[in-house]
Amino acid sequence: MSLTRVIERLLQLIPVLLGVSLIVFIMMAFTPGDPVDIMIGDQNVSAEQEAAMRRDLGLDRPIHERYVIFLGNAVQGDFGQSFYHRRPVSEVIVERLPATIELTLVALLIALFTSIPLGVIAAIKKNSWIDRSATVFSLLGVSLPGFWFGILLLMVFAVHFNLLPVSGRISYSNQVEPITHFLLIDTLLRGRLDAFWEALKHILLPAITLGLPMTAILTRVTRTSMLEVLRQDYVTFAEAKGLSRRKVMFRHALKNALIPTVSVAAIETGSLLGGNMIVETVFGWPGLGRLVVESIFVRNYPLVQAAVLFYAVTYVMLNFTADILYTKLNPRVKL
Amino acid sequence: MSVIDSDGLLEVRGLRTVFDTRAGRVCAVDGVDVSVRRGECLGVVGESGSGKSVTFASVMGLIKAPGHIDAGDICFDGQNLRQLSVKQMRAIRGRDIAMTMQDALTALNPALTVGEQLAEMMIAHDQSLPRNKRERRRLVEQKSVDILQLVGIPSAKSRLQQYPHEFSGGMRQRIMIAISLASHPRLLIADEPTTALDVTIQAQVLELISDLRAKLGMSVVLITHDLGVVSEHCDRVMVMYAGQVVEEGPTESVIRNPQHPYTRGLLGSIPRISKRGEPIQPIDGQVPDLIDLPAQCRFYSRCQQRSDACLKYIQMTTLSQDRKVRCVLAEETAHD
Amino acid sequence: MTTSFKPLRTGRPKFDPNSIFWRNMQTFANNRLALFCAFVVLLFVFISIFAPWIAPHDPNETDLFRRLQPPAWKDGGTWAHVLGCDALGRDILSRIIYGSRVSIFIGAAVILVATTIGTLAGLAAGYLRGWVDTVISRVVDILLAFPYLIFAIGLMAMMGPGLGNIILALAYKEWVIPCRVVRGETLATREQEYVEAARALGASDRHIMLKEILPNILSPVVVVSTIRMAHVIILEASLSFLGLGVQPPTASWGAMVADGRAFILESWWVSTFPGVAILLLVLAINVASQGLRDAFDPRFQQ
Repeated sequence: MSLTRVIERLLQLIPVLLGVSLIVFIMMAFTPGDPVDIMIGDQNVSAEQEAAMRRDLGLDRPIHERYVIFLGNAVQGDFGQSFYHRRPVSEVIVERLPATIELTLVALLIALFTSIPLGVIAAIKKNSWIDRSATVFSLLGVSLPGFWFGILLLMVFAVHFNLLPVSGRISYSNQVEPITHFLLIDTLLRGRLDAFWEALKHILLPAITLGLPMTAILTRVTRTSMLEVLRQDYVTFAEAKGLSRRKVMFRHALKNALIPTVSVAAIETGSLLGGNMIVETVFGWPGLGRLVVESIFVRNYPLVQAAVLFYAVTYVMLNFTADILYTKLNPRVKL
Repeated sequence: MSVIDSDGLLEVRGLRTVFDTRAGRVCAVDGVDVSVRRGECLGVVGESGSGKSVTFASVMGLIKAPGHIDAGDICFDGQNLRQLSVKQMRAIRGRDIAMTMQDALTALNPALTVGEQLAEMMIAHDQSLPRNKRERRRLVEQKSVDILQLVGIPSAKSRLQQYPHEFSGGMRQRIMIAISLASHPRLLIADEPTTALDVTIQAQVLELISDLRAKLGMSVVLITHDLGVVSEHCDRVMVMYAGQVVEEGPTESVIRNPQHPYTRGLLGSIPRISKRGEPIQPIDGQVPDLIDLPAQCRFYSRCQQRSDACLKYIQMTTLSQDRKVRCVLAEETAHD
Repeated sequence: MTTSFKPLRTGRPKFDPNSIFWRNMQTFANNRLALFCAFVVLLFVFISIFAPWIAPHDPNETDLFRRLQPPAWKDGGTWAHVLGCDALGRDILSRIIYGSRVSIFIGAAVILVATTIGTLAGLAAGYLRGWVDTVISRVVDILLAFPYLIFAIGLMAMMGPGLGNIILALAYKEWVIPCRVVRGETLATREQEYVEAARALGASDRHIMLKEILPNILSPVVVVSTIRMAHVIILEASLSFLGLGVQPPTASWGAMVADGRAFILESWWVSTFPGVAILLLVLAINVASQGLRDAFDPRFQQ
């Protein structure tokens, strides 16, 4: 796919992103209790002061003007003040982002490294016990409520066997000077193997919980597409060429079978973002997801607004990546 | 196997290949003998479901579950292929016996370039290639260009980087043939090489196969349902029906003087200029279900010359040294 | 266009919904596991309807003397409270029985609303094409851009808690899924001969959409709806878990799991049993709907 096609596709995203921003804006504009009400709280404020505050925040303007201002600010990364933190919203979000990204990436890695081998083996040994287990596993994986599965893991591994920590990213005593803000990388860069081990122990359960539905889905996708590919003529032809079984399986079958897996993985990474809120709440993970949930309860709406917009934009970009990956891997498809 | 033709490159005796399905055991190939001599082109003719493709998939060792070879011997150059290990068989596949498939579009891997698919074939079978990676790549590329030129692909070098979908149907077929020939096999099994192609391209591809056979001195098995193709390109022909060989002999003799009613039916269904005006006569009916076949002539239900004598197991009758037919009528003439 | 248009069925294939339906149902009935799971789902529905008669206790009756009482088979448990009690001494089994009402009612309501809206929108988009299709498809694209749970959470934050609001918050996005399915099926179906025949005979668009196309694309819609039902139940439980669902003291499975979080050190049963209930119901729906899909959708038949 040529660069111009990529750019063309990117331009097609603009109406979607505008729609997304409009919905997020409307969502918050119609939320009962505007920022001024929340700021004032129980304090005794005169009507003039209140009106002045509204004017300062631009809340007295007509709604379409407010949308344009919101959009203009959003494009520059300005989402207003987080009254709760008394700092700009964007600053708070950026601070919490690395924890969430780290968790998501580890969950993604776990999902890919379990689902692909499992799906491939299940397809090659169709109807064997391993295939049946894979089927049961993928069914369970999509049926388990994540929050409950997380608590179950905590009860077993943290409480009962006392093998893994209950919550957080790392214990206070093991904190390291941040470089990338990803603890698993920072601890290694600082040469603190003990701290790395501890961070790894902290991230294990949340990542497994977060990655489970995705693992289940990818196992099924990989198995189905591998079965499909194994039936193809080009696999028979590769065998007729006298290639080794490994070459036939990996070079000819797997390469084609992974095309749907990879694009589903990119799309499903978006659903990991939604799962973050649940998992971070269960495991007390100091990331964006938990921040959003907390913000709802303290009615810190500008932050919720920014986070929802951020998630949606990320989701759109991931789907876009999925499309591009699909074409890259599949020379037949021309966008 | 007491008498093995010294000219015989491939000798198959009593091959039986079955598929176990839910409905029962499908006997796709039932007691088939094949012999392919060095340098000759054998045509194998039959409708789909006659067992012609399964026979040669069995020779290649490419029968997959739920199917397996139930009985018979497959001797290639004096070596019984059924006694070989999986690994030994793999070494023979592609190197000594190569195969092309019906539709090159599906037989070529869409995700690999033509060059990659050619190279892997050479690397798998050519032990004489240098170990040094760069040298090997250069040599393989040179050989790939040579072979693509041999099958008539212009500007071969640049086309190595392209994917199969970037070629026309005829070109793809040529590429598949090139891949099959890459390690100079002694036997090429061409499974319906022209069905997926336009009529004009068909002739070119068949011409190419004939040329290459002469140039490289290999034997060719041409599987087809088109007797016209056979008459132009094959030395001998073998007609298959419902898992059995029903007639066999030198092409000219079989076509001039078909002995089996089925062969006659096949010849009658070819449109021919010489018989313009006469109606084409299709053979009525269908190939019988291959599960639990009764011991009788398999063509019975569709044959216009059937009689009660056909309701027993029909032996292959040898008419002359090269000529064989599986029909009661021929049995009678032979006895007279 | 005459109002007394009586459809002439000549152009349409002899379509006897009963025979196809029953053949598919037979295929489904042959799948014993799926049939069993369908039975389990019906059992849950039965329990939720007759909860007041089935539940041994009032789900909201608190008794601090029974605080965190373990299940019957553990030391300190009694058979009066088989699955034990929560931190307020409420009977967990009774709360699970009542909690099934929330899950099943919300699941069914969301699917019903979403499927109705989605089907109509999909039919309109796929059949009428033009600007209707453009508008609907754009809206679908935009809604698809939101991760599901985040969209629902945003809406719940805006609307505040409450049963009706949960249904709205989930249905707002859920209709997109049947809509896409129906639009695709409609695009394929509108070119069929019997539809063209009806058009040629002067049938109204409404008649063609509802009487000619809809009955023929109903199977995939039903299959997708049942599969989605499982997702919606998990989403509702997730919202309740976060405290954005049905408000206390109404029993809901997600909230019950959340209640138990504080006690996982000692009283594992408080969180565990409501989760088991969610898992069983969702699993049963998933298996049953896969059976339905295999039976009804020829594309999945091998």
